[in-house]
Formats: sequence, structure tokens, C-alpha cells
Amino acid sequence: MTYTGWFQNNFGDGPGWFLANLTLILAIVLPVMVGVAMAVYADRKIWAAMQMRRGPNVVGPFGLLQTFADAAKLFLKETIIPAGASRAVFMLAPMISFVLALAIWAVMPFDAGVVLADLNVGLLYVFAVSSMGVYGIIMSGWASNSKYPFLGGLRSAAQMVSYEVSMGFILVAVILYAQSLNLSDIVMAQQGNVLGILNGNIFNPLLFPMAIMFFIVALAETNRPPFDLPEAEAELVAGYQVEYSSMSFALFFLGEYANILFMCALIPVLFLGGWLPPLDWAPLYLVPGFVWMLAKMAVMFFCFAWVKAAVPRYRYDQLMRLGWKVFLPLSLFWVVVVSGWLMFFTDKFATVPGRVLL
Amino acid sequence: MTTAIFSFYLFAFVLITSAVLVITSKNPVHSVLWLIVSFFNAGGLFILLGAEFLAMLLIIVYVGAVAVLFLFVVMMLDIDFDTLRKGFWKNLPLGLAVSGVILAEMVLAVGVWEPARVVAMGAQPGGPPAGMSNTQWIGAVLYTDYLLVFQAAGMVLLVALIGAIVLTHRTREGVRRQNIGAQIARTPGGSTRAVQPAIGGGVDLKGMDK
Repeated sequence: MTYTGWFQNNFGDGPGWFLANLTLILAIVLPVMVGVAMAVYADRKIWAAMQMRRGPNVVGPFGLLQTFADAAKLFLKETIIPAGASRAVFMLAPMISFVLALAIWAVMPFDAGVVLADLNVGLLYVFAVSSMGVYGIIMSGWASNSKYPFLGGLRSAAQMVSYEVSMGFILVAVILYAQSLNLSDIVMAQQGNVLGILNGNIFNPLLFPMAIMFFIVALAETNRPPFDLPEAEAELVAGYQVEYSSMSFALFFLGEYANILFMCALIPVLFLGGWLPPLDWAPLYLVPGFVWMLAKMAVMFFCFAWVKAAVPRYRYDQLMRLGWKVFLPLSLFWVVVVSGWLMFFTDKFATVPGRVLL
Repeated sequence: MTTAIFSFYLFAFVLITSAVLVITSKNPVHSVLWLIVSFFNAGGLFILLGAEFLAMLLIIVYVGAVAVLFLFVVMMLDIDFDTLRKGFWKNLPLGLAVSGVILAEMVLAVGVWEPARVVAMGAQPGGPPAGMSNTQWIGAVLYTDYLLVFQAAGMVLLVALIGAIVLTHRTREGVRRQNIGAQIARTPGGSTRAVQPAIGGGVDLKGMDK
């Protein structure tokens, strides 16, 4: 009997389905929130290590509870709404950021079949929700009615829209290989897809450049350095978050890190073979898929933190140049290359139902 | 089924309410935000019809890109509400005429509406053939039966895109553009020179002012 089926037997069809999904949502959201807390701690530890410091080491063993202490401190502060702010929009903005950052996790497969919503347009859902994430920032920037948040909001809107374009093209290449928009299908399509032994699109020479570009675009989409212009503390103090305090600031912060963690999970799903081991070799499958997935997420997160500690921030015009003049033509050209290869040298398009005979 | 009907009325109600609020809000930024809410609910209606691909596309294209640019422009407009309201009575007859035409057209459209051809609420009209997802079905139709129309629509958009760039692009004088290729290609050998000037001789700076 399925998990949902057990609930439906005991509580009736409708309420059982509702209860089952509620527990499943909690089973994703709570680990994500704990993961966010640990990610913040890991981030600070990695930067500290790269700068020969100790990092947080006072609260709890090895400073593990530092983030919880910071969160408690934030929650106890007073929420301040500036007098000139547009109150409703000002309060809505952090909520939108946070809710979208959690909603995007609904389609993430953690193991074979371990996914809350197995949508057949899963990747489009991810793209849609991540493209809506810009509203939290742009609304907060406008509603604060203050110069620095406004500039931060505008910068962020322009940045995220620009980089979404090339992100879309990169996703198209992955979709063409997997012949599906479903994230689980995309993972399963990577089983032994290179030389019959390597699992993962990144080992495919045609998709390797896409994987590198996706990593950089993911940095830009999550406003991570070197693309953290919306926050740019040197020029804009803290960008769109300047006027926020207490809980409303915490929601932005949690949403931002939940998005980063999601990108750290999406890159393995798209390019590193998700819950599959890197080699298609039977003994490696003895390790549960969930463990592989978490390990890959951890590696990706380390890369995110590494980049932040290692590189300086982009200037705004250079950021736009990179997005529109480098990544957009490159990814568009590469989609043509990938689809040309699939068209003339493989049978991918011949097996699709509803095919057109040319 | 009741959930579907409930969702339909929820989406439809929020959609129409937010559409009304788009035109009644005093603040143009609030108008755009209500427009986004109505786009989002239209996406919900698509999902109820079983057109999940269209729903996602609506949200990606309209909510994720078009409305962001709307918001971008509206936020930077400096709107004076007094001058906006000044022309209200002068433009009222024109506005009434336009809305009268639209109303007449809607009445005509509803007049030829055949209730018999309308599918029952919650029923999904048609649906893709077996073994095909919605996305593949749309692709198969779009790139075969409607290829010409599809490509023509793409060309129209391309022309609009190029037109917008041609109209707004201006070359400014006296701007020192960054040449990233030249910057990266620079080496110490090409940019520095080791000299040992004689006492009182000075250094010849010719060719070093680049």
C-alpha cells in the first residue's frame, strides 16, 4: 500500500489525501529549513577556512548552533515598517520570497520515486517558480520607498531576467537529451548515458559546457557572489533588504538560502545523475540513492561557498555584458549544436510519439 | 470533482477581482501587481483544463518576464496624478464609445454561444492521444500543421525586437568603452618597460600613453 493510500484508507479519500500530502510537505520543508541553517554555518566555516580564520565556534559544539542563535536573536527583534513604505506590498514581499523558495522543492526527486509532485512538466515548474522569485526582491525594493533598496531591486530584476534567458536554453539542451520535462525521467535518462558506464550528463562532451554555464547562471539566479549586485554592501548597503528587520529580514534570508540549496540539488539532477552513483557499476548501487543525492548536493554547496570566498564582485555593466553578449549567444548556438547532433547522429527524435517523418 | 469546481470558482473569482483592481487602483505599481495576480490565476484555470504546459508557459512568459518589465518601467515613471485626473471629463465620451463597442462585440459573441457544445465543468476537452504528453502533442501540432503561422509569428516578434533596438539605440560621443578582449590580452611585456635613465636624462614616454 502506498503512503497516501494508507491515509486514504483510515481517514477517507479527500481528507486522507490532504493529510498525507501535508505530512509529506512537512517532511520536505523541515529538513530544508534545518539544511538552510546548516548551510549558513557551512558557508561561514568555508569562508573562514579560506581566509585562515576559525569561523563560528562558540555556540554549541564546533559552533553548530550559531545559526539557530542568530535566528532566535532576529525573531526577538521588533519589526519596523518605515513611515513612507507601502505597507501591504512591504509585508508581502518577504513572504513571497520565502513561500516561492519552499514551493520550488515540491518537484525535487531525492531518490527513485521519492518526490512530492511528480509533474510531467517538472522542469517548467522549476523555471516558472524561480522566475517568479524576482517579485519578492523587486516589490521589496519599491515598497521600501528608499533609494538603496530601489536600486537593488531594479538591478536584481534586470539581472534575473537576463540570466533566465540563457538558463532556459541550457535547460532545453538537457530536455532534448532526456526527452522529458519530468525531473525523475531526466535523472533516469542519465543512467549509463556516456559510454554505457558513466552516469551523468556532465560526462557528455556536448553537455559539459552547458553544465559549467548552468553553474554560473545558477550563481547569478540566486544572487550569489560574484553576482550579488542586488545586495552589494559596498555600494547599496544591503540593497533591497536595507529597510527590513526582524522576521521580515529573516524570511528573505531563509528564502535566499533555500533557493541556493535548491540550485545545489538541481545541478545534480540535471547534470550529475541525481540519485545515481557516478559509475554505472552494481556495487555502487548498494549505497542508497538518497545518500548519493545528498553527497552531490554537499559538493555543489561547497563549490558555491568556494566561489563566494574566492572571487570579487562583478561591475554592473560587465554583468549585463556577460549575460547578454556571452552566455545568450553561446547557449543558443550550443542548443543548435546539440539538437543537430541528436537529429542526425542519434535516434532520439525518431522514437518520440507523434514524430514527423522528414 | 467538487475540488475542481471549487478551484474553478476560486481562480475565476480572484482573476476577475484582480482584473477589476488593475483598472481601479490609483497606484500604477499596484495595478501591475494585480495584473500579475490575474495572470497567475489564469494559469490556474489552464491547469484545471488539463493544459499544464500552457499554464507553465503563461507563468514563465507573462509573470516571469513580461510583467517584470512592465513593473520595471512603471516603477521608474514619474507619474503626476493631478495631471492624470485633469483630462477625465474631456476624455469620458471617447472612453464610453470604446467601451460601448467592446460591450456590443461581447454581446454578439455571447449571442452565438451554443450551450450544447460547451463541455461539462471539470471535464477535460479532448486531450492528447495515448502515449503522448501534452507538451509533445503541442509540439507535434505546432511544428507540422501550423509551422508557417508559428514561424511567421516568430518573425513578427523578431522584427519588433530589432525595431525597438533600432529606435532606441544611440551612439554617444566621448564614451570610453571597455574592450574586455584587449584588457585580457594585455601582458606585462606590452604594458611596462624597464628603463635605466641617465642622471638628469628623464624617461621618454612616447608610446606609453595608451
